Amino acid sequence: MATVHMVVNGREVSGEVEGRTLLSDFLRNGLKLTGTHIGCDTSQCGACVVHVNGKAIKSCTMFALEASDSTVTTIEGMANEDGSLGIVQQAFQDHHGLQCGFCTPGMVMSAAALLSENLTPGEAEIRDYLEGNICRCTGYQNIVKAIQGAAEELAA
Amino acid sequence: MPRDQGIGASSARREDVRFLTGNGRYTDDFNVHGQKYVHFLRSDVAHGRIRSVNTLAAAAMPGVIAVFTGEDLEGIGGLPCGWLVTDRHGEPMNEPGHPVLAVGKVRHVGDPIAAVVADSVAEASDAAEAIEVDIEELPAVINMAAALEGGSLVHDEIGTNLCYDWGFVEDSREAVDAAIAEAEHVTSLELVNNRLVANAMEPRVALGDYNASNDESTLYTTSQNPHVIRLLMGAFVLQIPEHKLRVVAPDVGGGFGSKIFHYAEEAFCTLASRRLRVPVKWTASRSEAFVTDAHGRDHVTKIDLALSKDGKFKAIRTSTLANLGAYLSTFSTSVPTWLHGTLMAGNYTTPLVYVNVRAVFTNTVPVDAYRGAGRPEATFQLERVIDKAARELGIDPVEIRRRNFVQPDQFPYATPVALEYDTGNYPATMDKLVEIADLDGFAARAEESASRGRLRGLGVNCYIEACGIAPSNLVGQLGARAGLYESATVRVNATGSVTVMTGCHSHGQSHETTFPQVVSDMLGIDEGQINVLHGDTANAPMGMGTYGSRSIAVGGSAIVRATEKIVAKAKRIAAHLMEASADDIEFADGVFSVAGTDKSVAWGDVCLTAYVPHNYPLDKLEPGLEETAFYDPANFTFPAGAYACEVEVDTDTGAVEICSFAAADDFGNVINPMIVDGQVHGGIAQGVGQALREHAIYDSNGQLLTGSYMDYAMPRADDLPSLVVDHSCQTPCTHNPLGVKGCGEAGAIGSPPTVVNAVIDALQRGGYDVDHIDMPLSPSRVWEAING
Repeated sequence: MATVHMVVNGREVSGEVEGRTLLSDFLRNGLKLTGTHIGCDTSQCGACVVHVNGKAIKSCTMFALEASDSTVTTIEGMANEDGSLGIVQQAFQDHHGLQCGFCTPGMVMSAAALLSENLTPGEAEIRDYLEGNICRCTGYQNIVKAIQGAAEELAA
Repeated sequence: MPRDQGIGASSARREDVRFLTGNGRYTDDFNVHGQKYVHFLRSDVAHGRIRSVNTLAAAAMPGVIAVFTGEDLEGIGGLPCGWLVTDRHGEPMNEPGHPVLAVGKVRHVGDPIAAVVADSVAEASDAAEAIEVDIEELPAVINMAAALEGGSLVHDEIGTNLCYDWGFVEDSREAVDAAIAEAEHVTSLELVNNRLVANAMEPRVALGDYNASNDESTLYTTSQNPHVIRLLMGAFVLQIPEHKLRVVAPDVGGGFGSKIFHYAEEAFCTLASRRLRVPVKWTASRSEAFVTDAHGRDHVTKIDLALSKDGKFKAIRTSTLANLGAYLSTFSTSVPTWLHGTLMAGNYTTPLVYVNVRAVFTNTVPVDAYRGAGRPEATFQLERVIDKAARELGIDPVEIRRRNFVQPDQFPYATPVALEYDTGNYPATMDKLVEIADLDGFAARAEESASRGRLRGLGVNCYIEACGIAPSNLVGQLGARAGLYESATVRVNATGSVTVMTGCHSHGQSHETTFPQVVSDMLGIDEGQINVLHGDTANAPMGMGTYGSRSIAVGGSAIVRATEKIVAKAKRIAAHLMEASADDIEFADGVFSVAGTDKSVAWGDVCLTAYVPHNYPLDKLEPGLEETAFYDPANFTFPAGAYACEVEVDTDTGAVEICSFAAADDFGNVINPMIVDGQVHGGIAQGVGQALREHAIYDSNGQLLTGSYMDYAMPRADDLPSLVVDHSCQTPCTHNPLGVKGCGEAGAIGSPPTVVNAVIDALQRGGYDVDHIDMPLSPSRVWEAING
C-alpha cells in the first residue's frame, strides 16, 4: 500500500492505495465520489472521464498513484459554487442530452474539455471528439445539441 | 402554443440534476457495512462435462470467506422460464433446467461453475484462479441448422436441441401454401437477423443483504422490474415469501430488455448473504456482461411473399430458426413466437399469413428480448421482402406499400395473425415521411453524390409494433406465466402534494417527469407538487415493470385510474364541506365548485380535511386520500410509422455512410414531445447499429469473438447523422384513457430494414446485381457483394 495525495474538486485528499488501484476505483471507492462510472474494462466507453490537471482522462487508464499530486476534477466538481448546474450541465438538461444518466458524467467531462479547447466546434468536430464516449440511450443527437448550446452560452 | 405544464408539454426532466451532478444512485453505488465481494469462476469452454471442481486451495487463500459450487446449492430451484410455448402439434415446449451454478455440465462460455466470496474484489478474483476445474470438453453446437441435424446435445435429458416447432396460425398453413403455389408472382428471400448484445452502459450488479434478526433479505439489483424478480426468485428459486424479501432497483443505467430477466447472480448473492450472514456484492465487468447478459435477435429466416402482378400482397409464409442459446432465459420463448409471428401482417392487408418457428438450443449465451423483441425480426423480414418484390415488379417501393396499406376506414382491423389493430393512419405517416425526408429531392442529391464518385441510395419502409401486451387472461391462454397489468398508488399528502407509486421502472424513460405531467393535468396542480416513487418492492404495489414500450400505455393508465378514484373521493369531501350533493360537484384547475353556484373549495382544503377530519362525514367516508389501481389493458396498442434513409456507398471500400434518416411515427397522444424525440433517436441509433456495425459472433468452438468494445462495434457519435423525427400524425389509442401507444422501441424496430433497403438501392442504381446483404453491412460485406 502507498499513500496518494491529490486535490479533487478543490479539496485536498489523501488515501492508501495498492499499486494496482486505478484512479477510477480510488475516486469511487476511496473517496466515495460515485459520479465517475465504470462502463467497460477496455478503456472504450468513456463513462469514467475526469479532468487531471485540466485534461480529459479516462480514469480507468491511470493508476491512482500516477495521479498523485495532481489536480483532479470529477462530475461532482462541475456545478457552480451556489450548487446550481454549470453551463455544460445545464445545456445537457435543456437539450435532453441524457436519459439513463450512466454515460452522462463522462460525456459532460468530455464536453467541457472540448469546449475548453474550442469554443466554436462544428457538429462534425463534436461528433469526432465524442468518439471515445459511448452512449446507448440518446443516439448522441441531443448530446451534440447540448454541446452546441453550451458553446453558444459560453460565447455569449 | 406549446404548453409549459401537463400533457403535451416538453417539461424539463426531474431526473437530470442528480445525474448531471454525480448524485445518481446506481446499484454499484450502494454499499452495505461489512459487505463481501463475489467473483464467479466461469466456463471458458462452450460445452463440457464437469469431472471435478476442487476448491480447497481457493478456500485457503487470503480474505476468502467461502467458495460455492453447483453441488453446494443443491435443494434450491433453477431459474424459471416465464412463458410456456405450445408447439404445432399441441405439445408443450421442451423445458430443460437452468441451475444457478452449473451442475454436471457447462453449456456456454460464461456459464458459472463456482463462486468465491471474499473480503475484496481482488481477493475473490485471485482465489477463483486457484480453483481446479477438470472439464471433459464436448463438441459445441453453435450453428442452428447443425444443432437440429444430430449435433451434440446441449441438454442430454431432452434428447434433442429443438425447444419447439411452432406454427401460426397452424390452421392456415395449407391455404397459405396453396396461395403461394398459385400466385402470379412470388418473391423469396433468405435472411439473417444478426445476434446482438444489448449493452446497457451500466453493467449488471447484485447486492444481497440478509438481516438475520428479522429473517429478511434485501436484494439491490439492476432490474427493469423488481417485483417480477422478487416473485421469480422468491417463489421459484430460493423459496422466500414476499414479506421476507425486498427487491430494490434504484437508478438503473439502461436496460433495453437485458435487465428484465432473472439472472443467476441475483439469486446467488441473495442466497450467499443468507448462508454467510454478511452482505454479498457482485459487479459485472463489461467482459463478463458480454458472456452473461442475455443476447438478442439471432434468427435465420426464409420468407415468401405472394403477389399479384400489380403488387397486391396475397400471402406470406415464413420459416425461421430462432436461437435460444444454452438455457431458457425468462421470456426467451415468447420472443420468436407471440412477439414475432403476430406482427407478420405489418401495415398491410395481406389476407393469408403463416409463420413457422423452430427454436433451437445451442452452446451460446441465452437469447431473450432486446429492444423490440420479435417485432424487429418480423419487420425486417417483411420490409426487406416487400422491397425486393417492388424491384422485381418494377413498382416504386413507396407505391407498393401504399397499394397494400390497411386504410384509415378499415379500423378496427383484424389481421390474419390474431391481432386487432384499433387505430392507425398509414397513408398519413407515409405522406408525412415524404415531406420530412424530402423524397422528391432525392434524385438531385443522388446526382450530387455521383459527381463525387459515390453511389447514393434511398431506403423506405414502414413498421408496426404491438405494445402493452395484454390482457392478462389472453396472454395466459398463450402461455404467459405472469399477468401483464400495471399498478399505481396515488397518495395525496395532507397539504395537497402528491406521491405516485408505480410498478413501472424508469431506466432512462423519464417516468419521474412524464407521470407527474399526467397527474398534474388531472388534478390541476403544479407538476412540481408531484413526485414518483418506483423501483422498490417496499414502496410500490405489485407491478410488472418496464419493457415492451408499456410504461405510459399500461402504467400511465393505472395512474389515471387511481387518480380518478382520488378525484371521486375528493368530490365527496368537497360536497360535504359545501353542503351539496357529490353529483353537483365540478372539479377543474384544482378547484371544486358546486354547479350553478359561486360556492367553491380549493384542492388544498379538501386534502387537509381528508387528513384532519374534524368536519368530515366519518359515518360515510374513510379519512385519508390515497388510492390504488391495477390496470389490465383490453388490447395491445399499435404504434406505427414510416422511415426513410439515404446512404452513400463508397464502392472502392464498401463503406456505407448514412447521409440522412427521417422517421414519421404515430404514437397516438404524446405526453412529452421532447422525451419522445429522445426515445426515437436512441432507438434509431440502435437499429442503425444493428444494420451497419453490431454483431455477436461465435466461432465454431463457441468462443465469443466480439466480447468487448474493442471487437463489438457500438455505434459512436460520428456514425450517425442528425436524425429528423416527427410524431405529429396521431391516431389516439381507443382503449386506454390517455390515448397513448408507446414509443420506446419504434426506432429500433423500424430502422434496420431502412438502412439495408437504402444500401441495396444504392448498389442497384450503380448497376450491381445485389438484392440482399446480411446485417451488419460492414465494409467488407458490402465490398464482397459488389465484387461478387
